[in-house]
Amino acid sequence: MIDVLTDPTLLSDFLATALRLSVPVIFAALGGVLSERSGVYNIGLEGMILAGAFGAAVGGYFAGTPLVGLAVGIGFGVLCALPLAVLGVSLGVNQIVAGIAINVLMLGLTAFLSRVVFHGQGNTMHLDGFMPIAIPGLADIPVVGPVLFKQDVLVYAMYALVALSYWIMFHTRWGLNIRAVGENPRAADTAGISVPRLRYACVLTSGGLAGLGGCYLVLSQIFLFSEHMSAGKGFIALAAVILGRWSPLGALFACLLFGVCDALQLRLQFANPEVPYQAFVILPYAVSILALIGLVGKPTPPAAVGLHYQRESK
Amino acid sequence: MAGAVRLLYATKSVWAILCALLVGAIVIMAGGSDPIAAYAALFHGAFLEYHGIATTLVKMSPLLLAGLAVVLPLRAGLFNIGAEGQIYLGALFATLAALYLPAMPGWLHIIVCSLAGMIGGGLWALIPAYLKAWHNINEVIVTLLMNYIGINLISYAVSGPMMDEGAPYPYSAEIREELWLPHILPRTDAHLGVVIGVGLAVLIYFVLERTSIGFSINTVGRNPQAARYAGMSVRQHIVWSLVAGGALAGLAGTYEVLGLKYRLFHMFSAGYGYDGIVVAFLSGSHPLYAILAALFLGGLRSGANIMQRAVGVPTTVVDSIQGLVVIFVATSLAFRFEQSRWAHLWRRRKDTDAALAGAGKQENP
Repeated sequence: MIDVLTDPTLLSDFLATALRLSVPVIFAALGGVLSERSGVYNIGLEGMILAGAFGAAVGGYFAGTPLVGLAVGIGFGVLCALPLAVLGVSLGVNQIVAGIAINVLMLGLTAFLSRVVFHGQGNTMHLDGFMPIAIPGLADIPVVGPVLFKQDVLVYAMYALVALSYWIMFHTRWGLNIRAVGENPRAADTAGISVPRLRYACVLTSGGLAGLGGCYLVLSQIFLFSEHMSAGKGFIALAAVILGRWSPLGALFACLLFGVCDALQLRLQFANPEVPYQAFVILPYAVSILALIGLVGKPTPPAAVGLHYQRESK
Repeated sequence: MAGAVRLLYATKSVWAILCALLVGAIVIMAGGSDPIAAYAALFHGAFLEYHGIATTLVKMSPLLLAGLAVVLPLRAGLFNIGAEGQIYLGALFATLAALYLPAMPGWLHIIVCSLAGMIGGGLWALIPAYLKAWHNINEVIVTLLMNYIGINLISYAVSGPMMDEGAPYPYSAEIREELWLPHILPRTDAHLGVVIGVGLAVLIYFVLERTSIGFSINTVGRNPQAARYAGMSVRQHIVWSLVAGGALAGLAGTYEVLGLKYRLFHMFSAGYGYDGIVVAFLSGSHPLYAILAALFLGGLRSGANIMQRAVGVPTTVVDSIQGLVVIFVATSLAFRFEQSRWAHLWRRRKDTDAALAGAGKQENP
């Protein structure tokens, strides 16, 4: 195990694996941050990742190019978030229930439709995906260069989106409005911000981001769609939102922590065949719970998260 | 007229389920099958045929117990998303009790196994309950993550220390025959678990609606501040309601082993813990309606297999229908008669009548 730390190529490989494993979770967690900051729990991230993955596979399969797959995947993610927005924002149905319904629906629907669309060959086909592009100069930095700058388009998009959402959230009027709506919707409404409109925008964007996470799984990592390929990533993203204190940067680091655990888990599994593999599989989940417990100070979620806002409440 | 509209609103859940089935029909058509034939096979197989009914009851048992495992904490304001993991831990403890405890009479051993299962599920729920009550850590996320740990723990147990000798697949040794739950329908798999589930649903209904314990659980869920002001320990109610929920889920796992599989299998629960959330939601977190919800979902699950054999529609379509049912029922909850245009117009008409009646009196003294 020590060789990972001493051998630069091994270390570089290890970190690259960690990053790759955390990318889909980062996209979903960004969506989670956005949605929860505006005051809407998004337990449906898991289903939205799955929808995005399915959309990416469908688009990529029929158009033959990953760009169309990307567009369809993001579109499916947004579409999948629509029921959450309608139920949770307009109709005031419990947001956790709405999110779980989305997860159940997408689990069944993508499994069913993938058999219909791919004629039962969902697990065998091979899609064209995005290939790594090395950024000249930066990619030659020892160890971290190939990890960070010899990646595909979606990873670079991830860097940009993390920075962009951080900037929007904390340095623009939009971000201020989003946070205001999540903390005190009545005050925000009084100040002339349309609460439902902003929440719709945030929830739908969060669906698109989770969908992008699904796209990464299909178009950059596995190059095919398989049933339930999200495998709990949406739930890990939810933990990352809390660990990252509802900040895009915080969520990024929380996701990277999970990515490192996951990569470590894979390495340990191969290096120690005599230890039962389950001990390693639970590592990321156990670490997330421990991290939640060990958090210094209490995490304070946005005050109005999960609450339905009605203008004229009696 | 208003009566008819009022009835339409009162039965909105039924209409919502019909809408979900309608959209489900479109999904089935998209799959290239005849939706009417598919539904006919599904519902006939699930509710009108002897062996089908038995299978429905087999599926209903874990669904109902897992549903109750969500209902009880929900009354105290907690989301138990961890029933799946609690089912696994319950099954593990029950199997350990069944395989390794010294010999005792069969009926007593079944009771001991049930208690062991409840302890297993309850202990697994104690962790998120403690973290919620004393550290205010979101129980949704902790119970969710603990599902994965629980499932892997059982996977380790049955592929390692508990694995049956020469087993081709990770499962434990078989439990002895005296511990098998009695069957309630001859020549089928339908076992006593569903009867116990219904009994517990009635008991929980009684506790929640008719006892002071139930009253304080409901108060903690509705208004923790008021509960604290009234001298109730919010922490204790949070812990005990979630642990009791875990114990019920543990029982669901126990009866999967004692009633159906007779061994502990790797990955034996087909997402019953998550379906329990759907049961709890459809019932409006009412223990007696949970019986109906579990029967309905159990029917969907058992009918799905028959449908797949008869019409060739994959069983996964039932997951979609289940998700659609939740979405439509959730939507229907937002429509309330009292807030509808109909109620408004009806009130207006009554006001007019009242005004006319009053005017009539004045004109003809």
